[in-house]
Amino acid sequence: MADNLGTSPDEVQFRFRDDEPVDHAAVTVDSCCDQTNATAVRIEPGDDARVLLPFLDRLALVEVNFPSFGDGRGYSAARILREAGYAGELRAVGAVLIDQLSHMRRCGFDSFAPDKRLDEEDAARAFATWENVYQRAADARRTIADKRHEA
Amino acid sequence: MKILTGNDLRSGAVTWWNGTGWSLFVDDAVDVGDEAEEILAREEAARRVNVPYAIEATIDAAGHVRPAHIKDRVRALGPTVRRDLGVPTANKTGWDWVI
Amino acid sequence: MYRYDQYDQAMVDARVEEFRDQARRRLEGKLTEDQFKPLRLMNGLYLQLHAYMLRVAIPYGTLDARQMEILADIADKYDRGYGHFTTRQNIQYNWIKLEDCADALADLATVEMHAIQTSGNCIRNISSDHFAGAAADEVVDPRPYAELMRQWSSFHPEFTYLPRKFKIAVIASEKDRAAMRLHDIGVRIVARDGEVGAQFYAGGGMGRTPMIAPLIRDFVPIDQFITYAEACLRVYNRYGRRDNKYKARIKILVHELGAAEYIRQVEEEFAHLLSVGVEPPREELARITAYFAPPAFVDGPKTVDRSDPDFALWVDRNTHRHKHDAYVSAVISLKPAGGIPGDATSEQMRVVARLAREYSFDELRVMHTQNLLLPHVRIADLHAVWTALDEAGLGAPNMDTIEDIIACPGLDYCSLANARSIPLAQRISERFAETGRTEVVGELKLKISGCINACGHHHAGHIGILGVDKKGTENYQISLGGSEAEDVSLAKITGPGFDEDGVIAAVEKVTDIYLATRADGERFLDTYRRIGMEPFKEALYG
Ligand code: HEM
Ligand code: SF4
Repeated sequence: MADNLGTSPDEVQFRFRDDEPVDHAAVTVDSCCDQTNATAVRIEPGDDARVLLPFLDRLALVEVNFPSFGDGRGYSAARILREAGYAGELRAVGAVLIDQLSHMRRCGFDSFAPDKRLDEEDAARAFATWENVYQRAADARRTIADKRHEA
Repeated sequence: MKILTGNDLRSGAVTWWNGTGWSLFVDDAVDVGDEAEEILAREEAARRVNVPYAIEATIDAAGHVRPAHIKDRVRALGPTVRRDLGVPTANKTGWDWVI
Repeated sequence: MYRYDQYDQAMVDARVEEFRDQARRRLEGKLTEDQFKPLRLMNGLYLQLHAYMLRVAIPYGTLDARQMEILADIADKYDRGYGHFTTRQNIQYNWIKLEDCADALADLATVEMHAIQTSGNCIRNISSDHFAGAAADEVVDPRPYAELMRQWSSFHPEFTYLPRKFKIAVIASEKDRAAMRLHDIGVRIVARDGEVGAQFYAGGGMGRTPMIAPLIRDFVPIDQFITYAEACLRVYNRYGRRDNKYKARIKILVHELGAAEYIRQVEEEFAHLLSVGVEPPREELARITAYFAPPAFVDGPKTVDRSDPDFALWVDRNTHRHKHDAYVSAVISLKPAGGIPGDATSEQMRVVARLAREYSFDELRVMHTQNLLLPHVRIADLHAVWTALDEAGLGAPNMDTIEDIIACPGLDYCSLANARSIPLAQRISERFAETGRTEVVGELKLKISGCINACGHHHAGHIGILGVDKKGTENYQISLGGSEAEDVSLAKITGPGFDEDGVIAAVEKVTDIYLATRADGERFLDTYRRIGMEPFKEALYG
């Protein structure tokens, strides 16, 4: 295939999974739908994540590209995949900045390959920013409202 | 002439490039000719100024610097409706030229 | 009113520390201004014409005396002794230093306040009816629903980088006192066959392309309220335009898709999200609602002694009917003739706080008209309240009159402005007060914006004024016939603009036509709607 896209495992700065990362390049969403053997795909902001739903079983890596940090479509793409049961690696790549890490994590991203490496200490702080959360999201954390009304 | 203005990163105060640093008083602004880009890039990178830009201005007979655009004239002295809060120099130069 | 529990407090405290850290990284040069800007905006910190400006959220416009006192303290401690109340029921400080901002936010957090999401391309402070909980005509108090939405929208992980800002208003009566249909989403809480639910409107807004939101769902069962809102937002986040910031608001999406197609997509997403289960537990709404239980009203006199004509005039103008017949809601005008609309000094804020504590069950409101409100005042206490307000320069009897002008900060403060708004408001209110015509003209909503962004709601003014740039000088266009109320309409431009003197004369001419042609009981807006634009044009340009 012509496309040789995506980030290599070396470029991943943070990963919250124990399995071996996929070691080959990702393909575009279009090629993924045409090819029967692709296991890694890369979503651009304009792609509809839902076209991947029939193929989730064979996918091990979905990269979601953030060409600019202000384009938030990738957050919806991530949640949609997790809501459909996707359990493989979901990697945020591109303009991934410190202050987005906690939100991305909540939307279901479990690995991060920022364009520019992030300060480890700042990032650790960012991942831990929210001890509690208001909304239900892809991380299945119990929300504040759930905690208020347990018991 | 061409002068440079921006805001102080820490305080947000409007500042003007006086040739060696950033002044609160528009009258201190100096003509930067074709060095604008270079100074802007250097000063912003050093965080001595925030979001600076170059503007056109003139000097009147009494030596006062007058920015060409109404927005920068308002910036030079402060809100016209709260002259009590204006930049102190306003008392000397008066407000007539702002609008 | 709502009180934070340890969770809400921890969220706000965490946010203060997060912002302190972000400001530190900016000052150390670890963040560029481009990277820092969206972060500071999500904490309400703008860089304005003269300095940083901090916008503090007042959720659904409700606050108590202690909170108002802290707002006053912040004005003194970190600013220059005053604040500006806005049409979105917030307060803005014009002179906050970046290095002080985290401290100011920490002070706010001590009284359960914050500046979270008061700017940026996220869900903004939820606004509501300023008479909520007091109005005789409401189905329920809309604020618990607004609070539920506040929690849902705070730090929403999916909706922090929307195509553009997103403003929601929640009301619960037929009358619209919150410009509900001029919001990205407008919600009206309704009751059908004894069941409470939400009516949703989407795609309204002002700005350069004003639009009135169409109805997108007549009834959402209340236990699916948040799920439906999430569906609306997800469709917008995925498909709202990102190629052009002037076309990025949801109103453009709804307009370009057509309401029917937007509705179809929302319904599909809604069905999906119902299966995912994102709704907060039902008991959460009950928990919140308990905080809004009506105060312990007591019976008392239902009329005032009208022997002082100044007092009687203020009562007629500035009080609003209350659920309980021994009470009224009393409007505190921030529009003294010749003053700056919406500005209040720290001293005035403290007076208002004291009055709230003494006479209004410790409750205050910020109105979208840039006034303040004591929601529950015993009629028996009105004279004392009025006397204190009058002494503090807060007793102008001019609610909904031509002196009650909404004006954005304009070129005096705003870096996006073309022209100043405040001086016009000052001159017009002064002129009408001096000539005694305010009373003669009656209800007339005049709204001024300093540029096309329409923060001063000029599209919704009975008379709207828009500042434009004419070869580097200030120029003003007049428009007529707008309304933000339940009879919502967008104003139409009369014709070529005027300079400052010209626009003031023009406003007088327009009111002359109204006075000469009005039928019995007609407001300015009614007359305009009956006779149309022509007679006004004739007077202005003929
Ligand atoms: C001084 C700093 C301010 C800036 C930079 C600013 C910026 C803007 C911009 C860019 C828009 C247009 C958004 C769009 O159409 O996409 C807008 C709209 C608006 N702003 Fe402001 N604004 C400021 C102050 C205010 C104030 C003081 C108020 C309240 C009095 C306010 C309330 C509104 C409202 C109600 C709208 C129109 C509603 C809508 O967005 O559709 N803004 N503002
Ligand atoms: S309408 Fe324009 S001038 Fe007025 S506050 Fe909004 S952006 Fe500024």
